[in-house]
Amino acid sequence: MTDMPDTTLTGDPSHDAPGAHGDDAAGYYVPGSPIADTKSPGGPIDERWQTRKFEARLVNPANRRKLDIIIVGTGLAGGSAAATLGEAGYNVKSFCYQDSPRRAHSIAAQGGINAAKNYKEDGDSVHRLFYDTVKGGDYRSRESNVYRLAEVSTNIIDQCVAQGVPFAREYGGLLDNRSFGGVQVSRTFYARGQTGQQLLIGAYQALERQVAAGTVTQYTRHEMLELIVVDGKARGIIARDLVTGEIETHLADVVVLASGGYGNVFFLSTNAMGSNVTAAWRAHRKGAYMANPCYTQIHPTCIPVTGSHQSKLTLMSESLRNDGRIWVPKKKADCEKDPRDIPEEDRDYYLERIYPSFGNLVPRDIASRAAKNVCDEGRGVGPEVEGVRRGVYLDFSAAIERLGRDGIEEKYDNLFDMYARITGENPYETPMRIYPAVHYVMGGLWVDYDLQSTIPGLFVTGEANFSDHGANRLGASALMQGLADGYFVLPHTIRDYLADGPFEKIEESHPAVVEAKKAVEDRVAHFLGTSGTRSVDSYHRELGNIMWEYCGMERTEDGLKKAIDLIRTLKDDFWRNVKVLGTNDSLNQSLEKAGRVADFMELGELMCIDALNRRESCGGHFRAESQTEDGEALRHDDQFAYVAAWEFATDPDVAEGMGTPVLHKEDLVYTAIEMKQRSYK
Amino acid sequence: MKVTLKIWRQPDSVSPGAMHTYELDGVSEDMSFLEMLDVLNEDLIVKGEDPVAFDSDCREGICGMCGLMINGQAHGPEVTTTCQLHMRSFKDGDEIVIEPWRSDAFPVVKDLVVDRGAFDRIIQAGGFISVNTGSAPEAHSVPVPREDAIRAFNVATCIGCGACVAACPNGSASLFMGAKITHLGELPQGQPERDSRVVGMVAQHDAEGFGGCTNIGECTAACPKEIPLDVISRLNWDLHAALRHGH
Amino acid sequence: MAASGIIFIGFVLLHMYGNLKAFSGHDAYNEYAEHLRTIGEPMLPREGLLWIIRAVLIVSLVVHVYSAAKLWRRSNHARTQRYVVKKNLASSFSSRWMRWGGLTILLFLIWHLVNFTIGKVNVSGGATNDPYNLLVDTFDTWWMTIIYLVAMFALGMHLHHGVWSSAQTLGLTNNARARRNAKALGWIVAVVIAGGFSLVPIFVLAGVITK
Repeated sequence: MTDMPDTTLTGDPSHDAPGAHGDDAAGYYVPGSPIADTKSPGGPIDERWQTRKFEARLVNPANRRKLDIIIVGTGLAGGSAAATLGEAGYNVKSFCYQDSPRRAHSIAAQGGINAAKNYKEDGDSVHRLFYDTVKGGDYRSRESNVYRLAEVSTNIIDQCVAQGVPFAREYGGLLDNRSFGGVQVSRTFYARGQTGQQLLIGAYQALERQVAAGTVTQYTRHEMLELIVVDGKARGIIARDLVTGEIETHLADVVVLASGGYGNVFFLSTNAMGSNVTAAWRAHRKGAYMANPCYTQIHPTCIPVTGSHQSKLTLMSESLRNDGRIWVPKKKADCEKDPRDIPEEDRDYYLERIYPSFGNLVPRDIASRAAKNVCDEGRGVGPEVEGVRRGVYLDFSAAIERLGRDGIEEKYDNLFDMYARITGENPYETPMRIYPAVHYVMGGLWVDYDLQSTIPGLFVTGEANFSDHGANRLGASALMQGLADGYFVLPHTIRDYLADGPFEKIEESHPAVVEAKKAVEDRVAHFLGTSGTRSVDSYHRELGNIMWEYCGMERTEDGLKKAIDLIRTLKDDFWRNVKVLGTNDSLNQSLEKAGRVADFMELGELMCIDALNRRESCGGHFRAESQTEDGEALRHDDQFAYVAAWEFATDPDVAEGMGTPVLHKEDLVYTAIEMKQRSYK
Repeated sequence: MKVTLKIWRQPDSVSPGAMHTYELDGVSEDMSFLEMLDVLNEDLIVKGEDPVAFDSDCREGICGMCGLMINGQAHGPEVTTTCQLHMRSFKDGDEIVIEPWRSDAFPVVKDLVVDRGAFDRIIQAGGFISVNTGSAPEAHSVPVPREDAIRAFNVATCIGCGACVAACPNGSASLFMGAKITHLGELPQGQPERDSRVVGMVAQHDAEGFGGCTNIGECTAACPKEIPLDVISRLNWDLHAALRHGH
Repeated sequence: MAASGIIFIGFVLLHMYGNLKAFSGHDAYNEYAEHLRTIGEPMLPREGLLWIIRAVLIVSLVVHVYSAAKLWRRSNHARTQRYVVKKNLASSFSSRWMRWGGLTILLFLIWHLVNFTIGKVNVSGGATNDPYNLLVDTFDTWWMTIIYLVAMFALGMHLHHGVWSSAQTLGLTNNARARRNAKALGWIVAVVIAGGFSLVPIFVLAGVITK
């Protein structure tokens, strides 16, 4: 939903004059030196990638097999990178916590993948995709990275088609495209509602081919628990074999994290149960900066929570908003009624009322926030969970009248089936109920143009890095970024680093390796040895509630400060009172979760600090203090046109504890695009 | 509602296992089957008993990680994955028998968790199109008839959960294999390796210890993605052709 | 499995056609039996073609039984730990009974050959050198007819699944329509063959076909 009219920011309609407030997060962080991306070559934006590819040094084919690459994660970013680097002849070790690389959560992406092919001849181009992506990200992404993403997008489609990805086709046998997420060009390639699955299987098959060829060794049911840093360089990982419990040391010349996003910090999200931040967080603790952690995308059309047993949330494609009308009762008393018995005049079609020109098609964040507001007012519908009804109606009755039941079936049959299966209600007869849910995180480890983090030899790809989506991600762009990074970007940039190799050989007895392994063993021993009373899940759920309440769709200074206090207290209790049964020498799912939740707690705190610092509203981050008189998000480019890259600091008082983080700012400079404020009225 | 659960418990792959009975009260019909097991596990942890190990990840029916034998049916009484099964498919007082997939090619790791690495190895034996990154021709250079693309897609929806093997009285993985062979065999890009693919995959399938197909059809009935039986016919056709071509 | 099975289907169709000659009376039936022995003369020796057919059938039988035994063994090894509860949802009874049905047919086949071909046993004590009379004597004995009908039921079931299964194994059912057709053909072949074979013993027992 990006191609909306622009209004260049003039004047100051906000409650908050820029600079009128002091530093919200003062005391919660330490200012650090500025940071800059030194790898992106200057010059015209459309020549930068070509220049970089040429300047990046080559590795002699004979040397490649002597170079070891560890890749953590087998989703679109990790699977594609492992396959490509294996094909190039490097010695690759690929890790995933699932039982097969094919299960990575990229598989759940529904809508499609963008590419600037301009097959529809409707005015699309690399530059337009670049422009839409930067604008969709609310001018908080790095322009050289985004341009490159748009540039390689076309190669992705060629590659996937050659692999046998069964994209939708037209009668003439050529690829079909659709317009997605409100953009005005049709540039989204899709495979029904299962595009992520088909792309992932393509990458998985390419990966398995390399396993058979002997260039990639696959480690399934292995979880990375520590990064090994020797002489300032990433040189391997400590991983736990989840089946035997063995703590293993894997050494390499370079480490790639493609470990996905951290939406599960909210406990309930559309992420997979196992999605976690541990790999990224362990790297962060070892010196990799974490960038913009507060940028969270909340998707408005998910199936609401039904009770405290809920383990995850399910997304339904946003395309439903094309035909469904969103409403809640005007009167609180009507909330319990059968919606079909509520007369038209007692319904509040609040999006159509507040945003008459875009109505139900306003961007994700606006639709989400509006839903939260009406539910907080007590006008939500559906089951009451912990005293609040969190749901709004998405009503298709008008569309069914207009297009007929068959018309709706043809368009949305699989979504209606999915809804019926989960809720037990028939959406053809009663309105659907929807509520926003955490879906994607734009924040992640800071990387330069080469996708290298602040630890030399540690590269980060896909959702795990921060680089391409700014403060908000366009629909159908996550798949594009994952595959761009893995197939076409990383293989070129990593060679410049590897050209210095082979590096000095490291032994397992090296003090840094021993220390990393011991840290993991100590942590495991701590969890198993704490004879506490509360389950890991109960802590995770509580953390999620705090995050959702105070660092969710709408954030305030007071709320964030409160959240930080609550998280600190919870974290303290967790380390003393968690109950993990069983042993380390077999499959122990509670133990796995304990490590992940421990890292989510620290991440949650940092997210709140980042959100507290960023006293502006941009993309997925909405600060109540920074809005126009109409309640629209208001950016402050003069103060916040930077990437917040956080450096971890240890607590001087608590062993292994988290201290006051250091904030490094990377200024965002746009040379190929002009910054504008968005408006949807 | 209240249910009686009979669950296979097995500490690890080498120790013997047995069925254990648990009573669970306060089950809501809106819970998914796996959320019901989550609740059981929370109870067990509070009581100091080892929680039941089971696999799941996406919990939206697409990753293929979950898979339980529920009352003798793979993924339970509905045509869907275990994670998408809800407790409204059961009634108060029901006894529910939960077992892992039974196949010697899928050894039990713990309780209800099995090792499906055999599927990865079958794919390694040929379930791909050999095209190195960057060497692909322009996507529009080869048109694909729409019907072929649709058929390829329909069978490419296989999630590799293993329900076909679990349900098959012979413990065969032919539906899984057939789905991949049909997916790639329907597309022009898959033609050059069509013979070697089927021969390699079938050899690996047999080496893994899966049973032979006798066309009984339990696999397709258990398949949450409703992969049709004709993929096995296609597999056989391709295999005969490959053998005729001297593979 | 499929190829040898199809050979058997061809054989039982011809065999059934021959049996139905019993309705044409003593002479026609015996003439047919004799004709089987003289086909191809003088190019082939007496019983030449018959022996060629027998050789093909014996090879098919060995292949069929060997493949079945191998499949059975593989399937036992594929699941050594049984389910406590296992439901069958889509499979026909005949498909699940292929192995036991096949064994039943094999046992019957042995008796059948002893009865009519190798040993020529006349259970009522009569002559064995006249094929028609041997047939009537045999099926005049009620328990012989019962054994025969049970075997035909087993054969019918075997064919019901076998026809469809061989089409599938040969890769001829690559779409839903072909699959439906193969299944329908399975029913037709099963009913025609098992039914056709059953007519003669039933009519003998009923006294329609007599010496």
